[in-house]
Amino acid sequence: MTYSVTEPTKRQKWFAGTLVILYAIITILPLAWIMMTGFKTPPDSISYPPKVYFEPSLEGYVNLFTTRTRVSQETLENLPPPQNFAEEIVRNRGMVIAGPSKFGQRFLNSVIIGFGSTFLSIFLGTLAAYAFSRFKIPLADDLLFFILSTRMMPPIAVAIPIFLMYRKLGLSDTHLGMILLYTGVNISLAVWLLKGFIDEIPREYEEAALIDGYTRFQAFYKIVLPQAATGIASTAIFCLIFAWNEYAFAVLLTSGTAQTAPPFIPTIIGVGGLDWPAVAAGATIFLLPVMIFTILLRKHLLRGITFGAVRK
Amino acid sequence: MAEIVIKNLRKNFGDFTAVKESSFTIEDGEFFMLLGPSGCGKTTTLRMIAGLELPTSGEIYLDGEEISQQPPSKRDIAFVFQMFALYPHMNVRRNISYPLVSQGMPKRDVKTKVAEVAGILGIEDILDRPVGGLSGGDRQRVALGRAIVRDPKAFMMDEPLGALDAEFRERMAEELRALHDRMNATTVYVTHDQLEAMQMGDKIVVMNNAVVEQFGTPQEIYDKPATMFVADFIGSPSMNFLHFNGAAHQGAAQVSMNGSSYAVPKLHQNAKGNLVFGVRPEHVKLSDQGALRAKVLASEYLGTTQIITLESESGTLKARVDSHQSVRVGEMIGLDFKPETITLFDADSGNALASELNKGVVAYG
Repeated sequence: MTYSVTEPTKRQKWFAGTLVILYAIITILPLAWIMMTGFKTPPDSISYPPKVYFEPSLEGYVNLFTTRTRVSQETLENLPPPQNFAEEIVRNRGMVIAGPSKFGQRFLNSVIIGFGSTFLSIFLGTLAAYAFSRFKIPLADDLLFFILSTRMMPPIAVAIPIFLMYRKLGLSDTHLGMILLYTGVNISLAVWLLKGFIDEIPREYEEAALIDGYTRFQAFYKIVLPQAATGIASTAIFCLIFAWNEYAFAVLLTSGTAQTAPPFIPTIIGVGGLDWPAVAAGATIFLLPVMIFTILLRKHLLRGITFGAVRK
Repeated sequence: MAEIVIKNLRKNFGDFTAVKESSFTIEDGEFFMLLGPSGCGKTTTLRMIAGLELPTSGEIYLDGEEISQQPPSKRDIAFVFQMFALYPHMNVRRNISYPLVSQGMPKRDVKTKVAEVAGILGIEDILDRPVGGLSGGDRQRVALGRAIVRDPKAFMMDEPLGALDAEFRERMAEELRALHDRMNATTVYVTHDQLEAMQMGDKIVVMNNAVVEQFGTPQEIYDKPATMFVADFIGSPSMNFLHFNGAAHQGAAQVSMNGSSYAVPKLHQNAKGNLVFGVRPEHVKLSDQGALRAKVLASEYLGTTQIITLESESGTLKARVDSHQSVRVGEMIGLDFKPETITLFDADSGNALASELNKGVVAYG
């Protein structure tokens, strides 16, 4: 048998493969459980021992998107036949649909605030990182340290000052307020990550563009930005994941118009008993945007997190 | 095409002086070499001409127009980078057409122009390939294509052959020179390789420690070095330096070294103290009548010639002689020098003493 230094042996490959599969199972299991629970009926979701095989139902999703009222048996019988599957599911529980729930709107808030703050973090972060990387800035190292130092305590440590400040400024429970807050938290990450990526782009590319007749700004967005796409994509994913999942500030600063999905989903529990399927359905839908975003950018992400590990 | 005049150009980076008061003229259509060891300021000078660095003081004239403070895009100068700096996210065609696109040239004209340049460089078949997978030579050609496509006033090249394999360098050097002769474009070329400079250049500026040491044709620089640095840097093996304490007299055609007298080109100045007798290895002759006696230490056979290392009372020296001449290691022989090729230096300042040989040249030093 030929022996190779770089190529792993069959046994090593098999071992590595097993490890990866085990790890995948461990991480996927909770997600799978949430997704399954979303399609169970409430009794199935709390049955013991837990049901792995069950009859799928859309009750969780219907409950997530609607508010319902309990009515008497007579009233129920006198109603015209149900117009759609949702009404049918609700009536089987002795209730009627009273109206849409707030989930759609809360979800939209999450989208606006999550993507808005991600965009703003990346936009400002790229410009700042470029400046730090390319220009002589007085006290650049101190400024960079200062920017990083904003992440040296848990953001929630400043919750009370921010709460008071936001109330004074009228930013409480507004989209703008939440976008600014998440941008403030994310920007240090964005500047540091992006500076690393931009540092790795040789200056010669921009210089070639300057020589070729472009202005400094044209050289930046025509040459540097495409080169930094990998870094920008992976930084954007990190920023989005933070802003999307943030719970503590959302609970503290939003309650109505600008409330995001994370503080909303737990409130479903209180409506008509422990409605786990609805919570699970909410969590499943909540997962999707980040998942899609990550899948779209996964090539960049993979290159991004291994960036700088190997010199080309 | 253009003439470039550099006047008292200076560049400081903080406390460090990269280029010190340099002046020289690059004539229209010249293939001009900036030669020197690394860190001597040659690349900084080139970047100042292109506009990638702004000079601390001094002027740069391009066709009579002072451009030293203009942005690079206004100068109409092309630059070939050592690492080529091809835009990695574009294919070959887009790389070459990029300077034309910035000028707002109509698409059809761009296409014709790119095709023409690709024809000149012989890269028609790779136009639609991404630049990532190209060989070093092809990258080099694409970088050249991007430079010549817009007919700039002048070309700047920063060690463009430095990133190529040895065997390829030779070929690209010939291609570059042929390209220059065909386009007749003013070209400023930075290199640390003295052979490359001699082989390709019309004129050479030798720089050392931020200072221009000498400026002239390759023959002038080789035969009439203005400083000991130039004499040492150019030529392989480099010039022999025999140190002695003595005096040189204006009008004299000989100099006395360690008791013997040697003929030299007629001197135009007086000097005394620590002097250096400089002679190229090929101008050292083995001769039994020679005044300088030396012991043979070693001999390297190079085909048509051989390099003999000798030890004399005035110091070690090397001689390049015909390889038919038989020389035994350890034997004592006499040495003679070709008088008209000798350069005397002042050892303390490192400058050549003015003589019949180098009149008119030393003034540049």
